Amino acid sequence: MIGIVSYGTYVPRYRVSIKEIALAWKKDPEEIAIALGVREKSVPGIDEDAVTIAIEAASQSLSLFLKKPNAIEALFVGSESHPYAVNPTSTIVGELLDIGHEYLASDLEFACKAGTAAVQMIAGLVASGQITYGMAIGADTAQSKPHDALEYTSASAGVAVILGKTHIIADLISYNSYSSDTPDFWRRDGIRYPSHAGRFTGEPAYFAHVMGAAQRLLNKSKVNISDIDYCVFHMPNGKFPREAAKRLGFADKQLGASLVVDHIGNPYSASSLMGLASVLDVAKPNKTIFMVSYGSGAGSDAFLWKTTKEISKFHSKQKKSGYTIEHQLRQTTDITYTEYLKYTHKL
Amino acid sequence: MNIAVIGTGMTVFGERWEISPRALARDAVKQALEDAGCDKKNIQALYVANMLSGMLGMQGHLGALFAEELRLSIPAYTIEGACASGGLAIHTAVLSILSGEYETVLVLGVEKMTDHKPEQVSSALMGAGSNEERLAGATFPGLYAILARSHMEAYGTTVKELASVAVKNHYHASFNPKAQYQKPISIETVLHSSCVADPLKLLDCSPVTDGAAAVILSKKPTKNGVTIIASQVATDTLGLAERKSLTTIAATTEASCKAFTLASISLKDIHVAEVHDCFTIAEILALEDMGFVKKGEAGKRISEGAFTLGTAKQCVINSSGGLKACGHPVGATGVKQIVEITDQLRGRCGKRQVQHARVGLTHNVGGTGATAVVHILRKEMYA
Repeated sequence: MIGIVSYGTYVPRYRVSIKEIALAWKKDPEEIAIALGVREKSVPGIDEDAVTIAIEAASQSLSLFLKKPNAIEALFVGSESHPYAVNPTSTIVGELLDIGHEYLASDLEFACKAGTAAVQMIAGLVASGQITYGMAIGADTAQSKPHDALEYTSASAGVAVILGKTHIIADLISYNSYSSDTPDFWRRDGIRYPSHAGRFTGEPAYFAHVMGAAQRLLNKSKVNISDIDYCVFHMPNGKFPREAAKRLGFADKQLGASLVVDHIGNPYSASSLMGLASVLDVAKPNKTIFMVSYGSGAGSDAFLWKTTKEISKFHSKQKKSGYTIEHQLRQTTDITYTEYLKYTHKL
Repeated sequence: MNIAVIGTGMTVFGERWEISPRALARDAVKQALEDAGCDKKNIQALYVANMLSGMLGMQGHLGALFAEELRLSIPAYTIEGACASGGLAIHTAVLSILSGEYETVLVLGVEKMTDHKPEQVSSALMGAGSNEERLAGATFPGLYAILARSHMEAYGTTVKELASVAVKNHYHASFNPKAQYQKPISIETVLHSSCVADPLKLLDCSPVTDGAAAVILSKKPTKNGVTIIASQVATDTLGLAERKSLTTIAATTEASCKAFTLASISLKDIHVAEVHDCFTIAEILALEDMGFVKKGEAGKRISEGAFTLGTAKQCVINSSGGLKACGHPVGATGVKQIVEITDQLRGRCGKRQVQHARVGLTHNVGGTGATAVVHILRKEMYA
């Protein structure tokens, strides 16, 4: 069996509220907060980018990993905010993690699902026996144009997941994907901010792919919704994951633990992985987790995980280190809209 | 004049992302041809109503485009008159039959709006406004808000009365399976929706819509027995600044007066009407300017249910849901109004059928009233 051996998360401490952004543009804050289901979002510090965020999350995952860093034989970083167009994020991260030089490094880009694509690829390499351990990272400092609807949710965070075959805390029971050429959101090379197709990003994009992958995984794994303990969906806002869960027949209590979007917004490649990490932070052994990511352009990766006895030991180590997401979400500094513009290099 | 409406068709209105303008047109025209029992080889001319294709889709030359799509090698024309494009196309088609040049013609209204960004659509729609309005940064919600505010100040019309127009039209649309919004709403829902341009809220505004509608007109009546007995157009200044009044759409008054005179009927003979409610204030202005009610009374009467299906005593207004709830694919709207009234007079509107409807009216406006087109239709007793 292949599964998650360790994971680490990082959320920048800065928060800008939806109210702060809305007031800058003379919008009704309450109306926007209700419409999006988000109250605040995480903002990277002025000296943070997808590389530093990936390193923070990966360092945490390695500190909870039972092996030395050079046990990692493949390192994939999924992001839509790689600092360089040419020059890999993954090798910078690998160098600073001190994992040596005998590893496969690669950068991935697939809007908000590049991180879960990395998970699938690492899982494949482990399953094939090509590697023993591999690390998949989703990290982003999501861009949005001032006054664009995206500005209220585009956030920043990173998640690193180490996969292997021993000391597994969550078995990977099954996985699959669902993809199509659906141009709902894009950013051309050299263009600073992404474009999107408004309401088109909903039904024919997010929901078509999330439901497509979810249904495919349910059929493949022959699992019933009622047998699943937790569900996780990509969280571009607070409404979409709740609606996807409802359409599939999940109850609020199955979804609740994953909804980090309420506190941090949408950290793109880290979004669904952060939801998974939130669930893993609290899940007891033998719990089933159903997870579906979404990336514009478009595609969804769906996973079925099952926690093992090892997760209790992992929780103990986490708590000693203060590495839980709950802990990180408490360490916040509120900033003004002007500071937000400054930190994201718009001023 | 008696021009028979021998066939009608329309697509489902809404966000039709999965379908192209060509496919929308094929759907509406197929329905119209089947309804008319007419072989397309009998169609002698095609009139295409559209406003935004050139600006949003970079596609002009729609007459030839849709003639090709429909495999019709016949004279084909594009008619543009902003949101009154559909009404103008019907009018032009009527004139072509009256001229004796053609016997049977097809009018197609088609618009694809939701594939484009809201700001692009708003900007393109301002092609219907004046240069001064564009330079000032005005949009149509803003311009109609000026009309609404003027009406409120002059006659004491309230935001609740404005909202009652939306409530009525959403109620009607709840019985229309082709409407964009088939959900009834309350006054409170309208009043608590986002403010777009004070005093107009989001639910005071018609939506951006994809859709197509088609009608086949002929000088030969058929057994369905619905004829156009008046078709009139009037124009006014393009911008609001040059108008004598901001509480009256003069083009509406002029076109409707000419139409009633031509048809030799009075307002009390109208049983069902589709009027141009691009914003709730627009329906209020339309009812007053055509004389359905005295000036300043429309809001009150609408909120009392005087024009609502089930409670109206004289005439039901916007049984389809109007532009507000059935949707407003701008070039198709005027044609869809003819489709709705024809279907009402033929008694085939199901749960939204206006009982004993024999005479109907359509009122289609371009811009803030720079163009107004009025048609009167009658169910002929010989059928």
